[in-house]
Amino acid sequence: MSYYWQYGTLGALTAVGGAFVVIAFLGNRLMRPRKPRVEKATTYECGMDPVGEGWSNTHIRYYLFAFLFVIFDVESVFLFPWAVQLEKLRPQGTVLVEMIVFIGILAIGLLYAWKKKVLEWVK
Amino acid sequence: MIAVSQQIFEQYINNVWIIFGLKIVAVVGLFLTAPMVVGYVEHKTLAHMQARLGPMEAGKFHGWAQLIADGVKFIQKEDITPTAADKFVFTIAPGIVMVPAILVFFVVPFGPNGWWAENLDVGVFFALAISSISVIGMLAAGWSSANKFSLIGAVRGAAQLIAYELPLLLATAAVVMQAGTLSLPGIAAAQSHYWYVLPQFAGFMLFIIASLAELSRPPFDMPIADSEIIFGHMTEYTGVKFAFFLLTEYAGIVSLSAIASVLFLGGWQPLPLIKFVPGPLWILGKTGILSFIVIWLRATYPRLREDQLQKMAWKYMIPIALLDILLTGIFKVVF
Repeated sequence: MSYYWQYGTLGALTAVGGAFVVIAFLGNRLMRPRKPRVEKATTYECGMDPVGEGWSNTHIRYYLFAFLFVIFDVESVFLFPWAVQLEKLRPQGTVLVEMIVFIGILAIGLLYAWKKKVLEWVK
Repeated sequence: MIAVSQQIFEQYINNVWIIFGLKIVAVVGLFLTAPMVVGYVEHKTLAHMQARLGPMEAGKFHGWAQLIADGVKFIQKEDITPTAADKFVFTIAPGIVMVPAILVFFVVPFGPNGWWAENLDVGVFFALAISSISVIGMLAAGWSSANKFSLIGAVRGAAQLIAYELPLLLATAAVVMQAGTLSLPGIAAAQSHYWYVLPQFAGFMLFIIASLAELSRPPFDMPIADSEIIFGHMTEYTGVKFAFFLLTEYAGIVSLSAIASVLFLGGWQPLPLIKFVPGPLWILGKTGILSFIVIWLRATYPRLREDQLQKMAWKYMIPIALLDILLTGIFKVVF
């Protein structure tokens, strides 16, 4: 029971955090001045009139890095349960070699990306 | 009389709902006060490192109330939402950034024997997972602002956070292998003989560098590089919404320093010879020292370039972290 109770506290804390945001916004609404002007609400671009629109394309390299990240992030999900159980599982040598093989395959992936110059920012 | 009042006290303190409420109040209170202290120390430290005085007026004594005054000012500021912005996302983005920063304090232990809100058995994993939610808030803020500077800042920030998430996770995994548990109080208790900074020195350095990058603190502050892209994803924010971003940054310094001190510096474990100092003071002291180093680095190092940052993460820190895990595993199995 206490196991679920812990996550109950967590849920309550999340709700309190959300309530804090709402209360702060409401407090701001009560105390702030309100003098809207068209110029005030334009997009900031160093004081000039904005050119084009703000939603533009970004470079493909960000996408490639995001892809590499997903591979290693999923790895870490598998890594943590293994790291906790390393002391208890038998035979230990086999358990270790299995993880070395797993990380090794991913490391080869990283090496491949490295060789293909994905990791170079400026090509 | 004393016995009766004690009885009443015990009756109330054992009431689950009171404990429940106290935990939540303590975590939120910590979230609101600790960043203030770090922020004030940053004002003063940076000022003195640059031969200035820093805040001196608010509260009379060395401007101690400066950040309270800032907070009062922020809440009175006009709220400006640009016409071009996506209003709904623009409004909730500061909340998405801030709520996870509160939740991290939920698992941090501040001393032995129950000085924590909850001892989750996935503690450190929870802390790292929940703190990376703020990437989404950052991207949401940058994208919904419909401003070129905001967008560049947000994309840079996201690329930086994901690149440094990996060394952070891998360095933590090595500590978890050594301690055999994910619970933060468990990891601190496992260091009663020696602190993990000794066997895991490489991991400690990786963790500190990666935390700096996760917090977008100098020298890793390209997402908000104020001399090139104004203030990154926060460019269009004013008043209380902007204050949320700042609060999150300083809360992040405290929570990541606290987690680093639990993972590597033994948490509440004392140094030999001065064991009479109680545990909570040890953990506060270690967190304070690490937070001070974070501030100190801001005054010392110039900003890295975006390509240098990515190169450092992918070509140096991740391979070193993988090697660290390999060596830890071999030592754990062989010895």
